[in-house]
Amino acid sequence: MSTLHLPDYKQQSPEVAARFERLKSRPVNLRVENLGKTFQSHQGEVMALKGVSFNVHHREFLSVIGPSGCGKSTLIRILAGLETLTSGSVKVDGNPVKGPGPDRGMVFQGYTLFPWLTVKSNVMFGLQMTGSASIYAEQEARQWISLVGLEKFEDAYPHELSGGMKQRVAIARALANKPKILLMDEPFGALDAQTRSNMQSYLLKIWEAVDVTILFITHDLDEAVYLSDRILVLKAHPGEVQELVDVPVSHPRTREQFVHPEFLATRKHIEDMIHPPGEASEEEFTMPRMTDLDNTIH
Amino acid sequence: MSNCGHPSLPPLPILTSEPWLAVRRELSPGRNRFLAFCSFLIPIGLWMLVSYVPFLWHPMVFVSDPGDTYFHSNQYVKKAIYYEENAQRVFEGEVPAIGKPSNPIYLPAPHEVAVSFYKAFTTAPRRPGQPWLHESLMQSIRVIFIAFGLSSLLAIPLGILCGTFPFFRKLHEPFIEFFRYLPAPAFGALAVAILGISQAPKIAIVFIGTFFQQILVISATTSKLDLSLLEAAQTLGANRKQLLMWVVVPGILPELHRDQRILLGWAWTYLIVAEVVGASTGITWFINQQAKYRVFDNVYAAIIMIGFLGLTSDMFLAGLGKVLFPWLGEKPGFFFGSLKRLFSRPKPTPVEVNP
Repeated sequence: MSTLHLPDYKQQSPEVAARFERLKSRPVNLRVENLGKTFQSHQGEVMALKGVSFNVHHREFLSVIGPSGCGKSTLIRILAGLETLTSGSVKVDGNPVKGPGPDRGMVFQGYTLFPWLTVKSNVMFGLQMTGSASIYAEQEARQWISLVGLEKFEDAYPHELSGGMKQRVAIARALANKPKILLMDEPFGALDAQTRSNMQSYLLKIWEAVDVTILFITHDLDEAVYLSDRILVLKAHPGEVQELVDVPVSHPRTREQFVHPEFLATRKHIEDMIHPPGEASEEEFTMPRMTDLDNTIH
Repeated sequence: MSNCGHPSLPPLPILTSEPWLAVRRELSPGRNRFLAFCSFLIPIGLWMLVSYVPFLWHPMVFVSDPGDTYFHSNQYVKKAIYYEENAQRVFEGEVPAIGKPSNPIYLPAPHEVAVSFYKAFTTAPRRPGQPWLHESLMQSIRVIFIAFGLSSLLAIPLGILCGTFPFFRKLHEPFIEFFRYLPAPAFGALAVAILGISQAPKIAIVFIGTFFQQILVISATTSKLDLSLLEAAQTLGANRKQLLMWVVVPGILPELHRDQRILLGWAWTYLIVAEVVGASTGITWFINQQAKYRVFDNVYAAIIMIGFLGLTSDMFLAGLGKVLFPWLGEKPGFFFGSLKRLFSRPKPTPVEVNP
């Protein structure tokens, strides 16, 4: 069986290279320097993150991917201010992060909509917290609701919505605060495959329409390559940066690009980093035979 | 199922093959109603059997005509003694007593209690100045209302604080855990000494019985609120005070409502204890008084009255909850549903579509 010949993932077409040049000359929105995090556990200190450094530029879409236990959730929680850091620094537009704040919107995997509020009130929540008058907040909320296409549901309660719709409300709610950075912690992880793929395309459209920088956590390789400008690959125990990959896939992104050589090359490169080929794998495990030999299709 | 071929009859409900004893499976509404009816029918049925079928129990004989025996008319006599005495009289050629088997006086038949249930309200008290049944009931309800209201007023904010801030929990809960094991009635003498013999000590006892449990229950409920909702609110810019008022309080409301319903039941239990402290009052006074006069049908009527009050107030609160918390997606019942429709503007029902 022949394998597909893939180009080097570092090969970029002139347009993509020019785009990266423009991107990297943009101001830095989020600067993470030498970030470290240790947890106290029963077995003593556990190092979750060690020496993580990276920059996210204005309007960039950056994904973080890594094997389970690499501390990617811890990383995003530190960026959101929900977790303290042990060493290093996190700066948003030059200001160190001291706690959660409306300049960093967050979308969680579990939707976290307020069940007692309607869709509209959920979206208004952040605006009201930061002191907007409710008439203004309501108008503003309507715009964000129509951005995610849920005008008909503005008076519905979260329990009346499907998972994809809930996540769209959560995105609208986070964006309504006009955050500098949108932090997304495996936002589509709980959705079924069909809805997830719709939501991915949807998110790209929103990102194009809204002035926002996105930091996206995922464990789905296709999702990471499809959505991102750059992908931060972490390794586990302790969580360290393995590589910051420039995705050589051109914009605008379409789902047809899933089978483009540069897409596959990037995907394979990252997969090899997360699951190194030489690592303990299926071959070592001998499966006991539970059926007769002549009952097998050859 | 057909309607037995009769065109004018409505079709019979379709009998499903769903078994009655399905493990953890909801029964149909019809079956639920039937079983709820049976849950009352079973104890009442047993009571009726014991009351109306003579050979089941009836350990006494109710003497209607004593004849030459030493019994009095309208006296309850043990069966063995009655037959022995009658045999003796017949043996000596005298007139035996006439009576019929009956249950002891403390177990009246259902119909007697049913009659008392009605008559207890229409019968004037034995002595002028004593309260009527409805006045006794009102007295009890007032004590419950004041004590439970005071307790809630203090315990709800305190419980929410303990459930939200570990600071308050660590500061208060150890002592409360200790205090809640002190039985409220033990404070009876103290309450009377301090507060006199009127309503105040009774309110104090119901309060003590409810308050400490209430803090712990509400604190536990509050701490069960999904942490990620609080985190989401923080990333949306909510400060500490806003978290409390905009997330914690509305977030726990349905559970708090449920807790309050359970705690109100406890308050009723403490009421009965509280009412015998100092001067007996309220519904307990009525019960004790009737027992003293050996009017046991009235005693039962009053006890059932308490159950009835408890059940209706609980059903009322449960129905209210369905209107107050529309986000739980429970359909309000007929009464509250109509009320809600009266007071709210119409809302288009959303249609489910795929994103």
